[in-house]
Amino acid sequence: MKTSTLRPLGRRAGDLPVAMVFLLPAAVGFAVFYLWPTLRTMYLSFTEYSLLAPPEWIGVENYQKVFGDRLFWNSLQVTVEYVVINIGIQTVVALGMAVLMHRLTRSGLIRGVLLLPYLVANVVVALIWYTMLDAQLGIVNQALEWIGVDPVAFFGETSTAIPTIALVNVWRHVGYTALLIFAGLQAIPKTFYEAAQTDGASEIRMFWRITLPLLRPALALVLVLTIIGSFQIFDTVAVTTKGGPVNATRVIYYYIYEQAFQRFNFGYAAAVCVALFAILATLALMQLKLLRAGETDLD
Amino acid sequence: MSHAPNRRRPSWQRLAAWAILVLFVLITLAPFYWMLRISLSDNRTLFAGAGSLLPSDFTFGAFRRVLGIATLEEAAAQGGSGANINFWRYLANSVATSAVITVCQVFFSAMAAYAFARLRWPGREQVFFVFLTALMVPPIFTALPNFVTVKELGLLNTYAGIMLPYLFMTPFAVFFLRQFFLNISREVEEAAIVDGAGHARIFFRLIVPMSSAPIATISLLVYIGAWNEYFWPLLVGQEDDVRVLTVALGIFRSQTPQAGPDWAGLMAATLLAALPIIALFAVFGRWIVNSIQFSGIK
Repeated sequence: MKTSTLRPLGRRAGDLPVAMVFLLPAAVGFAVFYLWPTLRTMYLSFTEYSLLAPPEWIGVENYQKVFGDRLFWNSLQVTVEYVVINIGIQTVVALGMAVLMHRLTRSGLIRGVLLLPYLVANVVVALIWYTMLDAQLGIVNQALEWIGVDPVAFFGETSTAIPTIALVNVWRHVGYTALLIFAGLQAIPKTFYEAAQTDGASEIRMFWRITLPLLRPALALVLVLTIIGSFQIFDTVAVTTKGGPVNATRVIYYYIYEQAFQRFNFGYAAAVCVALFAILATLALMQLKLLRAGETDLD
Repeated sequence: MSHAPNRRRPSWQRLAAWAILVLFVLITLAPFYWMLRISLSDNRTLFAGAGSLLPSDFTFGAFRRVLGIATLEEAAAQGGSGANINFWRYLANSVATSAVITVCQVFFSAMAAYAFARLRWPGREQVFFVFLTALMVPPIFTALPNFVTVKELGLLNTYAGIMLPYLFMTPFAVFFLRQFFLNISREVEEAAIVDGAGHARIFFRLIVPMSSAPIATISLLVYIGAWNEYFWPLLVGQEDDVRVLTVALGIFRSQTPQAGPDWAGLMAATLLAALPIIALFAVFGRWIVNSIQFSGIK
């Protein structure tokens, strides 16, 4: 604001012509690959479209079908199951990791190592665990055998497939989540801990009385981000189980993928996309409200 | 940086805490070791020695198979599936598409970030907000119509099709760079304006060099993201000559026979696909770790 007074002549538009030049490529990308497709998905959700003929307007028929579609509800249920296991375990473990790092060490090496799985492709992580969890040859079953447990077909059984995929992705994401929480921990003034220590408080007491309450806003944001990310599970399923056994791992992303790219029901897939978007937006708003993510208790 | 806990005497509590942290590190690293261990094994004896911590019948055979330098007899003798994987081609595709995506996306995003951070024009904050809302849209929401767009442009199974949606910007890159551009002091810029420098000159000679560290960081993040991307290239780039490594690994895995899978080959290919990222991380890890402290997003 200050600088505008320094400029020769009070031009209303400011740097608008220059800004348009600098914005042009990004604006084209935004319009063509974000804005237009978002509107187009909404439009397609009201049509029947198989890619071969032009989309045909059918009103809310797709949405009516979505509500009565057993496989849609199944995919939603499977996805929610995945998210609950994935986020539940990941958040608790990441919180533990972050607090341990915060109270023990500033080592960049440890933080780096814990982050490593997150930087490796989903596909790579899925294949490593697919090998390690194989029913005959996998080291995990070998270890189970040593302690006298029967081998488990982790990816191959309806009851274990989703928890297995959820845990594989906990392994991939937990270090990253821990670093996000760690960043929040660093905002808590050290003097709080020093004062508590002079008063003879134990580490566990300090965790419940200082760390957790002051971490709440950061934790809330991390939860919003990781939950939305978790709903978008696709790669691991596509590489390992392909939705099976039976319908046990047909998560919503995979269901949309099948409808659009294997059955060419583009209109229907678009309607499921809109439903997913509505669910995610509602979740995010609810969480931000409930957890009062924007506010801090530090003031 | 005197830090209170470090000065305390070691107690059983601290020892236990350290033990748990070390355990986390081990659990993080063990699967990487196991990938290496299987990839250096001979398929034929893998089953018998499944519990051994060392490779069974140490051999580079699996890597030779994946890289296409093993003879057919050699591959068969070590339980290779005989499936031909055009590894060098996929590697080149991944390297090239990720590199072009990185250069274009970071450059165009930096230009946009400059307009949002350093230029004054009506509606600036509103337009920036609209850009940011794109962060909220799930990728699959745009993937369906983007597929239609790429198909209509006749770009299915081309490099252009694989790269196009990522070439111009991502909301995250614009947001990330804008934060740094905002912190550059006005005075330097105004001195340049007084000297008669235009905006192009200020951008290229002043803003970009002064922000080389964040630009390098975001480039690294974009490169890793592009390298790891699976969903989009799966939709538009299945054909052999444009296939990238992630898609190739997925196909390699689904073609692997149920009866006698080539585990060593699969793990060797997986390891080779992850190696460039692990190497990048070994060199530039500190930047990436710091960028997470900074942004809190992605």
